[in-house]
Amino acid sequence: MAVTGLILIGFLLVHMYGNLKMFLGAESFDHYAEWLKGDILYPLIPSGWFIWLFRAFMVAAILLHIYSAVTLWRRAMAANPTAYAAKKKLAQTYSARTMRWGGVILAGLLIFHLAQFTVKATLVSSPATATPYDMVIAEFSIWWMVVLYGLWLVTVCMHVRHGLWSAFATLGANTSAKARTVLNGCAWAVALLLYIGFMIMPVAVLFGWIGA
Amino acid sequence: MVTYQVQDVSPDMSFLEMLDLLNEDLTIKGEEPVAFDHDCREGICGMCGVVINGTAHGRGESPVPTTTCQLHMRSFEDGATIDVEPWRAGPFPVIKDLAVDRSAFDRIIQAGGFISANTGAAPEAHAAPVGKLQADRAFDAATCIGCGACVAACPNSSAMLFTAAKITHLAMLPQGQPERYSRIKTMIAVHDEEGFGGCTNIGECAEVCPKQIPFDTISQLNRDLIASLFKKDGK
Repeated sequence: MAVTGLILIGFLLVHMYGNLKMFLGAESFDHYAEWLKGDILYPLIPSGWFIWLFRAFMVAAILLHIYSAVTLWRRAMAANPTAYAAKKKLAQTYSARTMRWGGVILAGLLIFHLAQFTVKATLVSSPATATPYDMVIAEFSIWWMVVLYGLWLVTVCMHVRHGLWSAFATLGANTSAKARTVLNGCAWAVALLLYIGFMIMPVAVLFGWIGA
Repeated sequence: MVTYQVQDVSPDMSFLEMLDLLNEDLTIKGEEPVAFDHDCREGICGMCGVVINGTAHGRGESPVPTTTCQLHMRSFEDGATIDVEPWRAGPFPVIKDLAVDRSAFDRIIQAGGFISANTGAAPEAHAAPVGKLQADRAFDAATCIGCGACVAACPNSSAMLFTAAKITHLAMLPQGQPERYSRIKTMIAVHDEEGFGGCTNIGECAEVCPKQIPFDTISQLNRDLIASLFKKDGK
């Protein structure tokens, strides 16, 4: 759970950084998109293989993450045969409480996201032959697409907020009350960085600051 | 849930004394008294424990950690309706009313929460020096009374705080070292076999713990568990 979660957070940070290339213009972004599918690690591996190896790695990480989550969920349900009539929450945050259903929701929207920008099966307003830059501009020029994307990122960043601190605690880094505060602070910082970093580009597209 | 009226409750009564009053009344009326566990009534034995208004041991909004026997009726409004439930967790089957069977905890301890070496009489104190911070951390963890409030409060019904308290207690002291890495494996194995859930670092356990076992003992347990993949006892 912890290891795969940290891999996924690492991916999000790099993905966010890559998205910001939209601000450098069409040529820069398209070149970056081309490079991702091109000759990374060539000639160590044949040209074009890296993207598929990387996709396989990400799918494996996600599947292992889901497998761990389902195992924990089933164990929790088996250990909780009867619910309390009254239950007061003293410590749990909204993020911690919604890790399971929140995870299901964000995974569902992840499928839509991949269908939209990777498989290009659910493109709303751009042809599948468009360049990556034109595709992003066209999709995020639709106001409700930006709203949906923004809501999806709320579920992602909430998941990251509890997930990051929890992963480090599981790996043994929560060594004192102070360490807990620091880890939680880092989790908040990364979650906010991801939200702002991911949202700034679609908002800029929507308001015509880039691509207009 | 059954509703009972309890008359003449004094603010100075402990929660258990209020239950005694109820049971005396029920006995006089010829009804079956409410079963609940209790022993020392000094907050040190770990025998009592019920969920009161949704909080294990019933501290509620108060910042003061408590056992059920040390909770007083002055904590409640006069005439209030109070929800009282047993610990609810699969590995703690209800025996009757508010009494649950916590022998799953005993089986976790039996799986390694002890030191095998027979050390005889108390050794000379300077023979095995223990650093002050280590000693404090061991003592903080050793104060666990095994009441089960951590399991009762945990959304996963995990007994990780209980197990971690014993792991940390022994891992901080020289006497605990020879069996350190086999202990963690056997105790966790029995913890899982007993049907307790896994920890997702939510933190409810430490909030209700009457002995304030630090939440970070769970990370100590995880450290030792990870270390046990690479280390063996005696090497």
